[in-house]
Amino acid sequence: MSKIWIMIAKRLGLGVLTLFAISIIIFLATELLPGDLARSILGQSATEETVAAFQRELGLDQPAHVRYAQWLWGAVQGDFGTSLANRRPIADLIGTRLANTMFLAIYAAAIAVPLSLILGIMAALFRNTWFDRGANAVALSAISFPEFFVAYILIFVLAQSGLFPSMARIDSTTTFADALYKTFLPALTLTLVVTAHMMRMTRAAIINLLASPYIEMAQLKGMPPARIILVHALPNALAPIITVIALNLAYLITGVVVVEAVFVYPGLGQLMVDSVSKRDIPVVQAVALIFAAAYVLLNLLADVLATLSNPRLIHPK
Amino acid sequence: MSETDKPVLLRMRDIHIDGRTEEGWQPIIKGVDLTLHKGEVLGLIGESGAGKSTLGLAAMGYTRDGCRITGGSIEFDGIDLVKATERTRRSLRGRRIAYVAQSAAASFNPAHRLIDQYVEGPVVHRVMSRQEAERDAVELYRRMRLPNPEEIGFRYPHQVSGGQLQRAMTAMAMSCRPDLIVFDEPTTALDVTTQIEVLAAIRDIVAQFDTAAIYITHDLAVVAQMADRIKVLLRGEEVEEADTRTMLSSPREEYTRSLWAVRSHVSPAKPRPAPDAVPVVSVRAVTAGYGRMDVLHNVNFDIHRRRTVAVVGESGSGKSTTARVITGLLPPRQGQILFDGQPLPPDYRQRTREQLRQIQMIYQMADTALNPKLRLRDLIGRPARMYLGLKGKALEERVRELLRLIELEPNEFIDRLPSELSGGQKQRVGIARALAAEPRFVICDEVTSALDQLVAEGILKLLDRLQGELDLSYMFITHDLATVRAIADDVVVMQNGRVVEQGPKDDMFRPPHDPYTELLLSSVPEMDPDWLTRLLAEREKGKAGAAADA
Repeated sequence: MSKIWIMIAKRLGLGVLTLFAISIIIFLATELLPGDLARSILGQSATEETVAAFQRELGLDQPAHVRYAQWLWGAVQGDFGTSLANRRPIADLIGTRLANTMFLAIYAAAIAVPLSLILGIMAALFRNTWFDRGANAVALSAISFPEFFVAYILIFVLAQSGLFPSMARIDSTTTFADALYKTFLPALTLTLVVTAHMMRMTRAAIINLLASPYIEMAQLKGMPPARIILVHALPNALAPIITVIALNLAYLITGVVVVEAVFVYPGLGQLMVDSVSKRDIPVVQAVALIFAAAYVLLNLLADVLATLSNPRLIHPK
Repeated sequence: MSETDKPVLLRMRDIHIDGRTEEGWQPIIKGVDLTLHKGEVLGLIGESGAGKSTLGLAAMGYTRDGCRITGGSIEFDGIDLVKATERTRRSLRGRRIAYVAQSAAASFNPAHRLIDQYVEGPVVHRVMSRQEAERDAVELYRRMRLPNPEEIGFRYPHQVSGGQLQRAMTAMAMSCRPDLIVFDEPTTALDVTTQIEVLAAIRDIVAQFDTAAIYITHDLAVVAQMADRIKVLLRGEEVEEADTRTMLSSPREEYTRSLWAVRSHVSPAKPRPAPDAVPVVSVRAVTAGYGRMDVLHNVNFDIHRRRTVAVVGESGSGKSTTARVITGLLPPRQGQILFDGQPLPPDYRQRTREQLRQIQMIYQMADTALNPKLRLRDLIGRPARMYLGLKGKALEERVRELLRLIELEPNEFIDRLPSELSGGQKQRVGIARALAAEPRFVICDEVTSALDQLVAEGILKLLDRLQGELDLSYMFITHDLATVRAIADDVVVMQNGRVVEQGPKDDMFRPPHDPYTELLLSSVPEMDPDWLTRLLAEREKGKAGAAADA
């Protein structure tokens, strides 16, 4: 077992290194944004003195590497500085938004992951039948439409009739059950967007193995088809499936700006877009860093789980 | 001991099976009859492509993807497997008809422990409870002479050696006490020394439970030990069938006789090299390995001009590692490689193009050693261009010459892809590619072990002829002593990374031997159907004698 821990520690170390590299890129990218931040906030009429004073206040008069070090040191401690737009600590600003984003992502994943696994396994079991083709066609159509289109179709069908609200406004007073109800449409939209990828990978990973000698052996032992898929093929197909699930989960956290906008959902994506338009650089940096961390962590988790699914690595000779 | 008075268990009549190819459905089995009585062992032999496996699987009412039974009937104990529902067939498979595959390593599911795969059959077919099946597994593992029968089931397939896996698979096939087991080349992938143990264990257990068996193999000597009757197949048709002794002593058909005669090729003895001759290649005190482990320990041997040195030993003995050291793929920790008496740089990256050109290699799996996207023109032409700088017309002419050398008609073959060649033809292309560099020394790594005996003999004859014509020296890696007899001038026997014995072939096959050489030599199956019984009795007596002496 100790080998596994060493591997996890190594991956974690690499993950931290990756995040460090990303933080540099984020910082440099925001540095490269054109225009003078202080001037654009204070407006054209500001005097040289006020601009200089404001720059001093923001720390903009210091060289870039000093500002980077200060920013990184704060970020590591959970302090992302204060928002330029409303002078509130960014940590507070992001806190509730992050919780909302995670809630929606987990909600969508809780529907999409089991659904795509079951559909993928069934498509493999009944491969080349009407079920397989139907499931593939529906999933592919869902992924082919732009997200906002899927969202508006769902609003048209499910919100016009009054079944579900088209606005997913939630705040700290919303109860859990109410939140589930209110965010059902965004969650369903996201499910439709990510299911095809995971389902088709599950199906392909399983079918890929069906020509293996050990699958033939299971057939020649008289095992029923469902058992062959579930017991003999699936455990060996886990690694690619896990990888694709992780990629899609990362997407659910970081790629949902459009869906949040359509359903007026107070998530991180919205915050990021707003901050970009307001030139609220510290917030943009913080959100970008969180998105990057989500990607790195989920891929790390996928790596570890995929490794654990291989008995050769857990049970050495 | 006539088996024919026992009741019939399996009767296949006029079986036709088609396989899907690019040109549509082609017949694979063309009207074969097969009758098997209870408790009888039938040997099915033939070259690859003869339809042995297809016929063996059909006995279970099973066809692989891309195959279909187009005619005939398969009656197993009164049930017609062709007409039966899939559910009926499934209920028979594993429970009354079981299967043992060629490669146990590939046929055990890597994700599950051996015991879980063992109990699956009895539990799903409701023959036993899980606890009963687990107890029974230990008993069968013991009968198959597996080490630690109580514990071995709890290992994963990758934690168990090939020979042990093959026995575990036979035990698994026995789990429901079937009436019939189809053995599909169960020992082909094993070393000779391991093969004996597996053969003996299979033979005993089949006899103990009075199980009928279809034993598929291309090795006549093996089938002679195992089968009561032998059926010879050629391109999907039966050549002849007779009981084992009759078949071995007086085969009726010309084809069968050619199979019997196959290992007759022996290269003529060459004069021994002068004592002061400089060897083409010398392996000097080489110690090498991977990671922290040493695989080779102080290996020494010479290869003289125009001679073939066979390096023999079981898998894991260091044969291929030695080849990697000579080619520079694996720089040794100690020792060096001399070429014409001059030391070669240990790493191939430091060798000159001229040094690289002199040493070429032919691989075991021609299938994977040839780039499937290249036509023979480029496959063979590339080394000629790279090492000799040939271009245009000269290159084309050289490729044609090489094709003629390996006995493939240039006009017909020069634009073919590897997928359009047979196994033997691919191996010939592998040879041509090695020769294109005009080397003086060629390493042949198990070049015939994936081929049928008739095809393999053709390759050996070709290599022999080329040696004389092109002044080549060979290092021939093999675990097959029949190949050694056929082609070698000198023999190097390796075990656990050490050379245990070396010398000219004639001395090697004459006693006294090193004990390990003796074990290797005595493990090569012979055509005599009593060979296995006699050998096991002798070894038993030897052990008892040794114990008495102690």
